[in-house]
Amino acid sequence: MTYAFRAYEYWLASYRRVWRGTIFSTILNPVLYLSALGVGLGKLVNRGHQLGVPYLHYVAPGILASTAMLIAAFESAWPVMGAIRWTRQFHAMLATPLRVRDVLLGHQLYALTRVGIASAIYLVVIAAFGAIHSWLAVFAFPAALLLGWSFSAPIAGLSGWLNREEGFNALFRFGVTPMFLFSGTFFPVSRLPQGIREIAYATPTWHGVDLLRGLTLGTASLLPSLGHVAYLAAWVGGGLWWARRTLTRRLVS
Amino acid sequence: MGSQAPLIHARGLVKRFGDLTAVAGIDFEVGRGESFGFLGPNGAGKSSTMRMIGCVSPRTGGELSVLGLDPDHDGPAIRARLGVVPQQDTLDMELTVRENIVIYGRYFGLSRRELKARADRLLEFVQLDERAGSRVEPLSGGMKRRLTIARALVNEPELLLLDEPTTGLDPQARHALWDRLVRLKQQGTTLVLTTHYMDEAEQLCDRLVIMDRGTIAEEGSPAELIRRLSTREVVELRFAGEPPAIEESTFNGAVARVEALPDRVLLYTDDGDALVPVAHERLHPQSVLVRRSTLEDVFLRLTGRMLVD
Repeated sequence: MTYAFRAYEYWLASYRRVWRGTIFSTILNPVLYLSALGVGLGKLVNRGHQLGVPYLHYVAPGILASTAMLIAAFESAWPVMGAIRWTRQFHAMLATPLRVRDVLLGHQLYALTRVGIASAIYLVVIAAFGAIHSWLAVFAFPAALLLGWSFSAPIAGLSGWLNREEGFNALFRFGVTPMFLFSGTFFPVSRLPQGIREIAYATPTWHGVDLLRGLTLGTASLLPSLGHVAYLAAWVGGGLWWARRTLTRRLVS
Repeated sequence: MGSQAPLIHARGLVKRFGDLTAVAGIDFEVGRGESFGFLGPNGAGKSSTMRMIGCVSPRTGGELSVLGLDPDHDGPAIRARLGVVPQQDTLDMELTVRENIVIYGRYFGLSRRELKARADRLLEFVQLDERAGSRVEPLSGGMKRRLTIARALVNEPELLLLDEPTTGLDPQARHALWDRLVRLKQQGTTLVLTTHYMDEAEQLCDRLVIMDRGTIAEEGSPAELIRRLSTREVVELRFAGEPPAIEESTFNGAVARVEALPDRVLLYTDDGDALVPVAHERLHPQSVLVRRSTLEDVFLRLTGRMLVD
C-alpha cells in the first residue's frame, strides 16, 4: 500500500497545476444544476405531486450521483490511457520498485480523491438548498465514493484494454451518458418502458442513485442499502481485477 | 570481473511474443564496474533483452539473474537498485525539471529533504541546474535526455540501463551525453547500453555483443572485434563517376576484402600506405584515404554476411 501512495503522489503533483480551475467549476456546477433543475424545473414538476418530496430534494442526490460517476469515468479514461501512451508515466513508475497493482491503486486513489472533493462540495451545497432530510446523509459521502469507484475501476480496465482513444467516445455516448439520463437520476426508473427498465436497474448508477437518495431523504432501509453497497462493491472488485489484467498485459509483457 | 559474482548473468535466455521469438536463447555476463553494450539493428532483440534485465518483461525461458536476484520473484527489490534510461522519454512535460526528479525519487521511497539535495547535485552533474525551475516541454532533445539520465541516477543505482541513449540527438548533444556517461563509468557505475551507433559503442563499451535476430553473433571488446573481424587498416577510394568493379585479386593478396558502397569503395588491408600507389595506378580514383578499421567496418562485414534490417 505504501507503494500505491507513492504513485498517488505523482497524480497529486500533476493535479496541483490545475486544481484552481476545477475547484471553481466544482462549486459552481451544483449551484447551477440545483437552481435550474431543482428550483426552476421543480416548479413545474411539483404541481403533479407524484414524488412525495419537492423535486429539488428528489433530484439533488441524483445530481450528486451523476457527478461522482462522471468524474470517476473521466479520470479513469484519458488520464489512464495517457499514462500508458502519451506521458508514459506508468512506464516510468514501473521502472522503479512500483508494481502494476501499485500503479493502478495509486491512480484509483487519485480518481477517488477527485470524486471525494466534488461530492463533499455537492453535499454542502445540497444542504444549503435545504434538500437533506436526515442525519443518514453522513453516509452519502462514502456512498458517493463507492459509486465513483464502481466506475473508475472497470474504466481503468477499459483504458488498458483499448487500442485507441476513440473507444472512449463509444463509452461515453452509449454507456455513461444514457446512464446519466435514465438511471433514476432525474425521474423514477419505474417510468421507463418495460425492457429498458430492467437495463436501468442493472446499472451501477441506479444502485448508487437509489442508495444516495435513501440517505439524503432519510428513507433508506438497511437491507436494500446493503444490497446496493454489495452490488457496487462487486463492480469495484471485478473492475480492479480486470484493470490489473489489462494493465499488466499492456505494460509488463 | 575478478572473483566477484557477475551483476547480470544470463544463460539460454529466451523471450517470445506469441509466434515471434525476440530473443532466442542468449548467454552473457556483466561484471561490476563494467560497461557493456548490445549492438545490432532494429529488431535484433536488444530492447527485449533490456526490458527483461529491467524486470518489466518476464522471460519466456532460460536463466536470468540481476544483482544476484531473480527478476521473476524479486522485481521490486532489483528495480530499487537499477537506473533505467528508456528508449522513449517518460518525463512529465508539464512538471518542472526539478519536480520530475523529486517525483521519481519518491517512487523509491526517498524523503523529500534527501531528494532536494540529490536533485541539486544531479542537475549540476547533467548541467541542467540553471533550468531546474523550468517546465520540461520546451527543453531540447539533448537536455531531456540528460534529465532522464539524472532522474535514473536518483536512487544511486548500482547498474544503469540505457536503451539507445543518444538516438535522435545532434552530434553536439551526443558528445555532451557521452561525456556524462564516461564520468559515471569512471566513478564505477556499471553501464549496460544498447545502440546501433558503432562510434557510441567504441566510445563507451568495454565489452559488447553484436545481436542478430535474437541471437548473439559476436562478442568481445571493440578492439578484439576489430582485430578478429576486420583488417588493421582501410583504404577508402572515391571516384569521379561510377566506381569500377574491383576484385580482391587485383591486389595480389594485399587486400583481404573489398566493400563496394554506393559512393565509395573500401579496401580492407593490413598496410594501407603500401596500397595507395597501386590503387592510384590501377584504378585512377579521385581521392584516396587511409584510416584504421573501426567497429563500423566490423558491422559492415556482418551486414553483408547476415544482418538484415
